[in-house]
Amino acid sequence: MNKAFIASLRRELTLRIRQPAAALYPAAFAVLVALLIGFAVGANSNALSLIAPAALFIAMLLAVFLALEQMFAGDVSDGTLDALVCAEHALLSVLYGKALGFWLSSCATLLLALPVLMVLLKLSPDLAPLICLSLTLASLSLSFLGLAGAALTARLSAQEGAGVGGAMLLLLLILPQAVPVLIFALGAVQAAVIGESPKSALYFLAALSAVYVTFAPFAARLALRAS
Amino acid sequence: MNWNEVAQPVLQTRGLSCLRDEQPLFELVDFTLDAGQLLLIEGENGVGKTTLLRALLGLAPLEVDSLEFDGQSWPGCMGQIRRLGRWLGHASALKPELTIAENWRFWAALEDLTLSNAELLAFGVRLKLQGFEDARVGTLSAGQKKRAQLARLLFGTSKLWLLDEPFANLDRPGIALIESLMQTFLQAGGAVIATSHGVLSFSGPHTTLVLRHASL
Repeated sequence: MNKAFIASLRRELTLRIRQPAAALYPAAFAVLVALLIGFAVGANSNALSLIAPAALFIAMLLAVFLALEQMFAGDVSDGTLDALVCAEHALLSVLYGKALGFWLSSCATLLLALPVLMVLLKLSPDLAPLICLSLTLASLSLSFLGLAGAALTARLSAQEGAGVGGAMLLLLLILPQAVPVLIFALGAVQAAVIGESPKSALYFLAALSAVYVTFAPFAARLALRAS
Repeated sequence: MNWNEVAQPVLQTRGLSCLRDEQPLFELVDFTLDAGQLLLIEGENGVGKTTLLRALLGLAPLEVDSLEFDGQSWPGCMGQIRRLGRWLGHASALKPELTIAENWRFWAALEDLTLSNAELLAFGVRLKLQGFEDARVGTLSAGQKKRAQLARLLFGTSKLWLLDEPFANLDRPGIALIESLMQTFLQAGGAVIATSHGVLSFSGPHTTLVLRHASL
């Protein structure tokens, strides 16, 4: 079990490092979204300070969604997925490794982009540690949630002629589950902005992450076997 | 493990067909595959040769009257086929961004094995890929990729090989390589099912199964 997990995690991270452009693309996308929101709202207005945390988390959420579609895309086209499904005793470990690898790489690149995002949205530097924590937990939830969704739509996206059907379905499937993550991640930051304790929101966020991390790989395995 | 001691057939099936859009793809087939036996599947393009192999692994829908693998009956035996079966398809299941060694180590890990450097080099020699172990798969030729792909057959314990067009993209030494790997495997008591367009025939002893389109 453990060998397969470590091998899968290492493989996922190596793949990201070998394709730096693909790995950095979501973070660049988040920066662009923040930049556009900054321009659209106008830097001098008070409105920006009101919506800045929300804009930040929506940009991050969209960036993670963008990367999710790629989770199984290569594996379907190069035959890896078939071989993985056949290795069913190791499949669960592989899926855990895959989601964890995805989280480590996507979360790391988003954290790298965070200073730029915070400057663009004029967020106070005092909030940085809390945003980091909140973002880390939120991206952990989304990575595992996305694993289950991507597993369900993996073969659909790869089918010729289906075009963006799979990607669209993936978004529709995980969006409802992603909403609580967004609410609590944002709730923690907004509580801090108005001087309240962010703890309760963070606890909820951590609990959500624990649920998704525990159950999503099982759901993903079921989805892959059925497809 | 000595599989020669097992008297019963490795795989036995009656009334097998594969479905596409709820319709049977080819006429029902029965076959029995004993240890040490090679079964060649022939038929026109689109008759379902690849689908048959995929269906045996549970990757495509299957309809059978009876199916037995390794003494277990359908559908309970499907997990056993996946565990002891090795599938080699058109897609290589190799990541172009990773080196041959990295790809091999991953697939070995799935069988709960750790490849030492010596073992890795031995596989390289056996598959005639010496010196390419640290080359990225993306830089290899189609024939070299096919050889690298063969390693997956050799990791862990297997009893049944399902090979889809095993000779595609290979030169003569490559074909001889697969034949010798199959020979060794068959002599050890394994069983092989391979698809073929019939252009190249296997030089060793084998039985042939011809698939025909189902009449609707």
